[in-house]
Amino acid sequence: MTTGSSESGHPDEGLDNAAYVRLRQSPEFERLRGAFRGFVFPMTAVFLAWYLLYVVLSAYARDFMGQKVVGEINVALVFGLLQFLSTFLIAWAYERYARRRLEPLAAAVTVGGGAAPAHGEEDGE
Amino acid sequence: MSAPEFAAPVLAVSETESRTFSLILFGLFVALTLYITIWASRHNKTAADYYAGGRAFSPLQNGLAISGDYMSAASFLGIAGLFALSGYDGFLYSIGFLVAWLVALLLVAEMLRNSGRFTMADVLAFRMRQRPVRAAAGISTIVVSIFYLLAQMVGAGALVGLLLGVSGETAKILTIVVVGALMIFYVTVGGMKGTTWVQIVKAVMLMTGALIMTVWVLSKYGFNLSELLGDAAAKSGKGDAFLEPGLKYGATDLWSKLDLLSLGLALVLGTAGLPHILIRFYTVPNSRAARTSVNWAIGIIGFFYLMTLVIGFGAAALVGGSAIAAQDKGGNTAAPQLAEELGGGSGSTGGAIFLAVIAAVAFATILAVVAGLTLASSSSFAHDLFANVFRRGRATERDEVVTARYAALVIGAIAIVLSIFARGLNVAFLVALAFAIAASANLPTLLFSLFWKRFNTAGAVAGIYGGLVSAVGIVLLSPVAWGGKSDTIPKGNPDALFSADTVAPIPLSNPGLISIPVGFLCAYLGTVLSKERTDDEYAELEVRALTGKGAH
Repeated sequence: MTTGSSESGHPDEGLDNAAYVRLRQSPEFERLRGAFRGFVFPMTAVFLAWYLLYVVLSAYARDFMGQKVVGEINVALVFGLLQFLSTFLIAWAYERYARRRLEPLAAAVTVGGGAAPAHGEEDGE
Repeated sequence: MSAPEFAAPVLAVSETESRTFSLILFGLFVALTLYITIWASRHNKTAADYYAGGRAFSPLQNGLAISGDYMSAASFLGIAGLFALSGYDGFLYSIGFLVAWLVALLLVAEMLRNSGRFTMADVLAFRMRQRPVRAAAGISTIVVSIFYLLAQMVGAGALVGLLLGVSGETAKILTIVVVGALMIFYVTVGGMKGTTWVQIVKAVMLMTGALIMTVWVLSKYGFNLSELLGDAAAKSGKGDAFLEPGLKYGATDLWSKLDLLSLGLALVLGTAGLPHILIRFYTVPNSRAARTSVNWAIGIIGFFYLMTLVIGFGAAALVGGSAIAAQDKGGNTAAPQLAEELGGGSGSTGGAIFLAVIAAVAFATILAVVAGLTLASSSSFAHDLFANVFRRGRATERDEVVTARYAALVIGAIAIVLSIFARGLNVAFLVALAFAIAASANLPTLLFSLFWKRFNTAGAVAGIYGGLVSAVGIVLLSPVAWGGKSDTIPKGNPDALFSADTVAPIPLSNPGLISIPVGFLCAYLGTVLSKERTDDEYAELEVRALTGKGAH
């Protein structure tokens, strides 16, 4: 997802509402939205379920959580550390996905349609 | 956070040595931040400068500032104290606080950056009739921020007295006034730019202080975490139970376990609805920078919470729970006491110096957070209530910024007065309540605005007020307010707001489990019961949010 630093003369500045409605119906935009929602919705479901599993086990499965794995390290601690690990991994995976897939798709959404014009590329970095 | 309790006797480290050194470090931090604020004020010209720091911060800078805004004294001292006194249960808090950032990263940060200008209400009102939605969002922003602010300032009053070894009501009041005056100065003079730099400086200090403590503790156990845990469990007198969930949360009956779920839900869904966090996404040039800054914040905050695990268990092992509880029954002095112990113990110069360093870090932490909260509420007052509700969008940018500065002054003054009156109360529950309101009132409306085509004005207004009223209402009927003994709380709650004897009608201390679904349900019902359609506006919002076209 790229943006313009809009304060000065972005090519898309001043699009009227009808233009946005047309853009929303363009195949380029539908691809972008599909790619975005296809990543963030399932991923949100996964991390919320994984987190709630952790909370529910902490509340109801205390014998299981208290089992020792190595030395004084028990299942609860490992489970907690895995929550940190999964959070870092999802953040990293999303950054990668956004740069490789979403940003080029966003740049391709243009008023004229078709290939990405100059502005989509220069304001990405 | 409901856990930290600040009211407590005076710490036994009243050596003048430590106090003098603490005051010197406080003074240095204050001088540095005042200098930065005045420097920043010279570069504040436009409304975008005042509200959003000119949108010129780099992702790393904003990531640090987000961390500085988010990691409150309750995070640092409160969670370390939870680990030290209740063992594993501290982890339930810190994990909720961290995982919550994925909601902000995946569903909110970039779209908010692309479609809003200065406040949360910019996005909530984008598709809707401006006045009702701005009014609701402005009220919710100010309520959330002021609750959070009160918890921090009352805590600061107790804490700074505790850390400096001064007692008495005058010291508490003086601390609240000094903290309030500094925060008003940062916000009115420095705006977002000044506040951001204060938060960056604080984040660096906090991470450095925590890292030194963590490495120091681990080095005493040959960098073997298992040995540290074993020692902490042994010293706690609770054995293996100290390393397992359940000493503090979900310890008794069904309601107590549901309360734990309720807390977890509010923590994980609240962050992405906290206005003072959301406005930080506007301080970077584009949505990519917003995304990357959240990722920096996730890394920094995650690393920090891993360190609080070591610090908290380190305090349990090296200082001991009874010595900590003797100073502060909420455990807030665990980290400073550990610092003193690591430096050489009570009475040693090394102990005095390291204690002073950690005390200064705690002070910086409080200041950075209260400044962020004051900025968020005054921005929303000026941009949402004054410019759009009272003046119906006809205020000039200059009028708006002038109003924002006065609003910061007034809100700051109100917070000082309320904190002085509330200084004897246990107001730590207000942080948990702020998270619950953010999750119940702000998040449903924000998500429906961004993702649901059918959503409309009535839905937004119903969602915000429904979530707000149910969260506050449940707390007023909960053990926070009515402290009678019950199966859920066998010992009762002597600090209850209204009565220590009457049993609470609703046994949940954390309202999220009920109020979050109520917020979503109200937003849904309000929408389908109203005929208004906002399809064209939604098309514009969605295209702008996902592509960055027309972004400010």
